Amino acid sequence: MKYIVAIIQPDRLDPVLDALEEKEIHLVTVSTVMGRGRQKGIAAVYRSHKEAGSLLKKVKLEIVVNDDFVKPALDAVTQGARTGEIGDGKIFVLNLEECMRIRTGETGHVAIG
Amino acid sequence: MKRNVFGRAGLLCGWLSILVMLAGNGFGQDVVAGALSTPAPAPAINAGDTAWMLISAALVFLMIPGLAFFYGGLVRKKNVLSILMQCFAVICLITLQWALCGYSLAFGPDVKGWIGNLDWAFLKGVGVDPFTGYAATIPHSVFMIFQAMFAIITPALILGAFAERMKFSAFCVFMLLWSTLVYDPVAHWVWGLGGFLSRFDAAGNAVPGALDFAGGTVVHINAGVAALVAALILGKRVGSVSPPHNLPFAVLGAGMLWFGWFGFNAGSALGANGLAGSAFVATHIAAAVAGLTWAVCDWLWHKKATTLGMITGAVAGLVAITPACGFVSPMSAIWIGAGASIICFIAVTFIKAVFKYDDTLDAFGVHGVGGIWGALATGIWAEKSVGGFDGLLHGNPGQFLIQLKAVAITMAYSLVVSFVLLKLVDKFMGLRVSEHEERVGLDLTQHKEAGYTTID
Repeated sequence: MKYIVAIIQPDRLDPVLDALEEKEIHLVTVSTVMGRGRQKGIAAVYRSHKEAGSLLKKVKLEIVVNDDFVKPALDAVTQGARTGEIGDGKIFVLNLEECMRIRTGETGHVAIG
Repeated sequence: MKRNVFGRAGLLCGWLSILVMLAGNGFGQDVVAGALSTPAPAPAINAGDTAWMLISAALVFLMIPGLAFFYGGLVRKKNVLSILMQCFAVICLITLQWALCGYSLAFGPDVKGWIGNLDWAFLKGVGVDPFTGYAATIPHSVFMIFQAMFAIITPALILGAFAERMKFSAFCVFMLLWSTLVYDPVAHWVWGLGGFLSRFDAAGNAVPGALDFAGGTVVHINAGVAALVAALILGKRVGSVSPPHNLPFAVLGAGMLWFGWFGFNAGSALGANGLAGSAFVATHIAAAVAGLTWAVCDWLWHKKATTLGMITGAVAGLVAITPACGFVSPMSAIWIGAGASIICFIAVTFIKAVFKYDDTLDAFGVHGVGGIWGALATGIWAEKSVGGFDGLLHGNPGQFLIQLKAVAITMAYSLVVSFVLLKLVDKFMGLRVSEHEERVGLDLTQHKEAGYTTID
C-alpha cells in the first residue's frame, strides 16, 4: 500500500481527477495549499507596498492505492498536470503501514478499494 | 457567584439611572427658540428640504458601516471584528455624547469664538422649530441629527491609523475625549455661528472666513492629523504584516462610502436646491477622476492598475472635494480630484516609506493629506457664480490665505490636543494590547469572538 502526495497547479485539478477516474482510482482527498519551489511567483502590491512573501497557491492531492495501482496513479497525475513549464509540481510516494475503513472495520488492501 | 450576579445587576441599574438622570434633565424645559435668531414670524418648514436632509443624514450614517468594511477588509483575518466593532462602538458612543453635550459645544450659542455654550445640552430647545441661523427651512432637530453623523464618522476615520493594536477600553475613552475636546471645538470654529474661523459672526452676519463646505478641515484634516499622532505614539505593529484579508470587503466599503458621500456633501447645502445639485456633481466627478488617476499612478509605478489603488484614489478624491464641492465648478472638480490622487499617492508611497510610521490603513495619508489639499484647493478654484466666493484663480488670493490659516490652526490644535489625550489615556490605562494579545489578534483577545471559522 502506498500513500501518494501530489502538489499541482490549481488549474490542473480537473484534468488530474478525470485521468485518475479513467484508471479507476477513486480515493482522493484534495486541499488548497500555499507553497513555493524554484518557480517565482507574481509579487502582489497593496497601495505601493510590495508583498515580500513568495508563496503561491497550489492544490494538494492525497491518494491511497494498492501497490499495483501506483504506476497508473503516477501516470494519471502526470498526464493531467504536466504543461512542461516550471511549477508543474511534484509527486511523493510513501509506504503506508495500515488502512482501515471506518464503517466496517476492514483493514489492509481490501479497505482501500 | 450569586453576589457577582447582584453586583453586575447593580452596575447595570447604575448605568440605567445615569441615563434616566441625564434624559430627565431635558424634561419640563420649554422649547425656546434659538437665542441668536432675530425675532421674526415662525419660519416655515419646507417639506422638500426636510425630506432631503433626513435622507442625507441617513446617507452619511451609511458611510460608517461603509468605512467599517473599507477598513475591515484591509486588516488581517484575526482583527476584522475589532475594526467593525470599533466603528459600531463609535456610532453608539458619539450619538449619546452628541445628544448630551456635543451638539451644544459645537453649534450652541458662541463663547468668544472658541466653543458653543451648554444652552443646548441635553438637546434643550432643539425641536421642530427651525433655527434660522443654520438652516431656516428644516426642523432644528433634523439639522442636529445630520450633524451628529459627521461627529460620528470623524473620530471613526482615526481608527485606521492604530488598527490591529489598540485596547478596546482605551479606544472608547480616547474616542469620547477626542470628540469632546477636539472635534466639537473645531466644528464650532469653522461652522458654529461666531466661531473664529467661521464665515458668520455670532449674530449670523457674513464675515470673511474659511470655506469648508462639508468638512475638509473639520473632518478630514482634523482626523487625519490625529491619526498620524496616534500612529506615532502607538508605534508599529509587531511581526511581519500580511496583505489585506478581504479586498472585496474593501471595495464594498468604498462603494458605500462613495454613495453616502452624496449625503455628506450635497446634504451640506442644507436644502433640496441648486447648490445641493452642484455639490453632488462636483463630488461625483472628483471621485471618478481621482480613482482613475490613482490607477494611472499604479500603472506607471507598479506596471498594473490595482483594485485597492483605484478605490483608495476615489476615497482621496471624495476627501479633497469635501470642502470645495459647494464652491467650485465641475471642471475645477477634475483638477481637485486628480491632484488629490497624485498627492496622496506620493504620501502613501514615498513619504510613509521614508519616515517609516505605521499608519496602518493610511488614515493620515488619505484623509489628512487629501483634506489639506482639498482645503487649499477650495481657496484656489472657488468661484462666485457657484457658491458666492472667489478663490486665487478668480482674483481673490485673500481667500487662499484664509484657507491656509484655517488648515494650519486645525493641524496645530489637533496635533497638540490629540497628543496630550493619547498620552493621558496611555498613562492611566495603556493604549496598546500586550504583544501576545496582538499576535493572537484583537477579535479573540478584546471581544472573545472570531470573525471566521475554518471548520463548519
